[in-house]
Amino acid sequence: MRFKPGKIALSIAAPVFAAVFSLAVSSASLLATNKSPREAFSLMWEFGSGAGSLMEAVNLATSYYIAAIAIALTFRAGLFNIGVEGQLRLGSLFAAYFGAMIVLPPVLHILAIFLIAMFVGGLWASIAAYMKVKRGVSEVISTIMLNSVAGGVSAYLLSKHFMVKVEGSNDLATKPLPASGQFPDLMPVLKKLGVEEQPGGGVYGMLLVAIVLGIAFWFVVNRTRFGFELRSSGMNPIAARVSGVNSKKMTFIALVASGAIAGLAGLPTLLGDTHSYTLGFRGGVGFTAIAIALLGRNSAVGMAISALLFGFLEVASRTLELIDIAPETYVIMQGSILLSAVIAYEVVRRYQLTLQSHALAKAGDK
Amino acid sequence: MAIAVELRHISKRFPGVIANKDVSIKVESGSVHALIGENGAGKSTVMKILYGMQRPDSGEILVNGQSVQFKKPADSIEAGIGMVHQHFMLADNFTVLENIVLGYEPSHGGVIDFNAARAKINEMAAAYGLTVDPDALVEDLGVGQRQRVEILKVLYRGAKILIFDEPTAVLVPQEVDELFEALQGLRKDGLTVIFITHKLDEVLRVADDVTVIRAGSTVAEVKASDVSAKKLAELMVGSELPSPEIHGSAKRNEVTLSLSKLTVLAESGARNLVSDVSFTLHAGEVLGIAGVEGNGQSELIEAILGLRNYTGTVVFKGEPLDDESVSERRDMGIGFIPEDRQRQALLMSSPLWENRILGHQRGKPVMNGVLIDRKATMKDTVRIMQEFDVRAPGPDTLALALSGGNQQKFIVGREMSGAPSLLLASHPTRGVDVGAQAAIWNELRAAREKGMAIVLISADLEELIGLSDRLIVMLRGSVTAELDPTKTTPESLGSAMTGAA
Repeated sequence: MRFKPGKIALSIAAPVFAAVFSLAVSSASLLATNKSPREAFSLMWEFGSGAGSLMEAVNLATSYYIAAIAIALTFRAGLFNIGVEGQLRLGSLFAAYFGAMIVLPPVLHILAIFLIAMFVGGLWASIAAYMKVKRGVSEVISTIMLNSVAGGVSAYLLSKHFMVKVEGSNDLATKPLPASGQFPDLMPVLKKLGVEEQPGGGVYGMLLVAIVLGIAFWFVVNRTRFGFELRSSGMNPIAARVSGVNSKKMTFIALVASGAIAGLAGLPTLLGDTHSYTLGFRGGVGFTAIAIALLGRNSAVGMAISALLFGFLEVASRTLELIDIAPETYVIMQGSILLSAVIAYEVVRRYQLTLQSHALAKAGDK
Repeated sequence: MAIAVELRHISKRFPGVIANKDVSIKVESGSVHALIGENGAGKSTVMKILYGMQRPDSGEILVNGQSVQFKKPADSIEAGIGMVHQHFMLADNFTVLENIVLGYEPSHGGVIDFNAARAKINEMAAAYGLTVDPDALVEDLGVGQRQRVEILKVLYRGAKILIFDEPTAVLVPQEVDELFEALQGLRKDGLTVIFITHKLDEVLRVADDVTVIRAGSTVAEVKASDVSAKKLAELMVGSELPSPEIHGSAKRNEVTLSLSKLTVLAESGARNLVSDVSFTLHAGEVLGIAGVEGNGQSELIEAILGLRNYTGTVVFKGEPLDDESVSERRDMGIGFIPEDRQRQALLMSSPLWENRILGHQRGKPVMNGVLIDRKATMKDTVRIMQEFDVRAPGPDTLALALSGGNQQKFIVGREMSGAPSLLLASHPTRGVDVGAQAAIWNELRAAREKGMAIVLISADLEELIGLSDRLIVMLRGSVTAELDPTKTTPESLGSAMTGAA
């Protein structure tokens, strides 16, 4: 490939436009409430760029990223798994419960927990996959509804069967994972690299898993036959079928694989921090991840950047309360980033098409 | 007669290539003037220059005898030139009236005077037979009616010279008739029509004069009444017109495909889409399937490829196929050129090299094990582009950027790679120009010589008769006749297809 400065400029244009636009929208919303955007943004930057905050942002991003990969896998196949939220919740619950029961040496124990989470997430997604393939039920509807069911099932299982008493607390929680089932923190490694320890800080070891998953996602989707057939089914299901892709099989595999990956998305916190599934299990990751997958355009690198961005905004915005600004301002930021990114990508795409047809006019008139 | 538009020695080059070289056209006012040429011959560039969308490097444009310089379309509109685009430029959620006056609203103290506009439009519509309800929403209109709105829009702006860019490409025959009537009306009223097309029968029906463009230059100017379609085609291609013809028999002993009692049931339980079709096809043989569209030919081909459920048996090179999936059938050596290329054979927003993989993703050269072999795919895509004259900047070009003819050439090239034993070809030359058609015919003939068996469906009866060793006729899903192509004319085949024979 030749180096094409124009091409690179184009690919940067969209995100830059999106960032500027969302800054403008959030500023407007701050001004509307008589707050100074400058003060707010500088405070957010000051707080958010601190080492402890950055670590926390990375930790948040780890879960977001894994969940976004699960969603992107179905987007690429022309499907939409909104059920990541439910799949990761059940995956985490079962992983926490059974993970605490089994006795295995350290590495194997974690692998076993992974398998449990993936199995449960995949199994839950397979309900929607089965209904889609056998009965033509839209996976969008079924996975949304299965989210609610998963919420109910997990609450029931936790309160009736899986919980142990927590001393001095009203919280319900599963039995804590033994040390062999906890994913070691990356802090010791980071310290060797010169990163100073932060009070309450740390970086989940699951970050490494997320990175490996991202590379695997990129490789499988872009470089393998399975990935090609997946993408073909997404882009033109009829042509994919004509080319010999078994569309039902592809749908089933994509949804179940997505569910299995989603099952892992709750583990960074579980294995790195809480070590047990509690009533206070963090919700909403599966939904935020939809926005991250959209913003990152279902690409491994793009989603990594947007996951980090969302994690950063979420952590940094907590400080806004100090100057009496609703921390939900970051929701406005997320929304406007997403909106402007989608528009900017479309504008850039159309511009690229125009460029191409010009190039083609020249080639055609040869 | 007065000359409405004259182009003198127009040349236009894009970096590295010449799009137009010494183009000269004289259009008499009050006439219908056809501009014909193959895809990519430079017709569109000429018209873009005349409409002010591009500026010529040299040469002169005269409108009604006055030399003019167009810098933008507004200049040419000012000079009385209007363009009816191939792809309509209408706002769907506006009414016909609103679309027509858009940008040229008659206003009265800042208020749009819709009544005046409506009266004017109704008057124009009645005068030219372009009836359309001014208050209908454009999104509710059919293609033919939308085109009328486009024409009215141009007339409303005072155009006396109308350019039509391939106006019939999107119309059904009935609508084409109506359009041509409207064109006659415009001509009677003294307006000038310039008509770009590559459909020769239309030229002969509607045009007074014809200018032929080949490789960027005007090569002939003739009266439509003096020429035949064949002569025009030869002028376009620049050589004697190729004809779909096969010589002798290339038939070999081995049987490539045999069907017995193949039946495809309709999903709703109505009559069978395909009923009890049996035939045997040898290597090196072309079987043409004739039939009015919708009589089961497409379904038959799709069943052979495994895209449809059927009863009966299909045997390919001695192996029964009935339990095999589409992918297994393709991998055993069945190539497929589907009738609807964009829907069935292309990933429109993907580059050509990725499209090269489609349908071949289970083997060499595009795969290396389960991994995509990007380098080899690129190389093979370039090979197809060269061998089949696919005009595109490179293998990175998106499929949707190619013209229909080039897309088709690419698909034919792709399906021929790997030398399949059987090719299922559905309308292989539909929508491609004469040159590309001849190239595709050559490829099919060469493949037949080498022993490929071909099942051919085509609406072009001359092609079907010319290329086939044997012909069967399908009517309502059943084979109703078997004909010898050497003793069949398009007329006799046509009546066999409708069941009249």
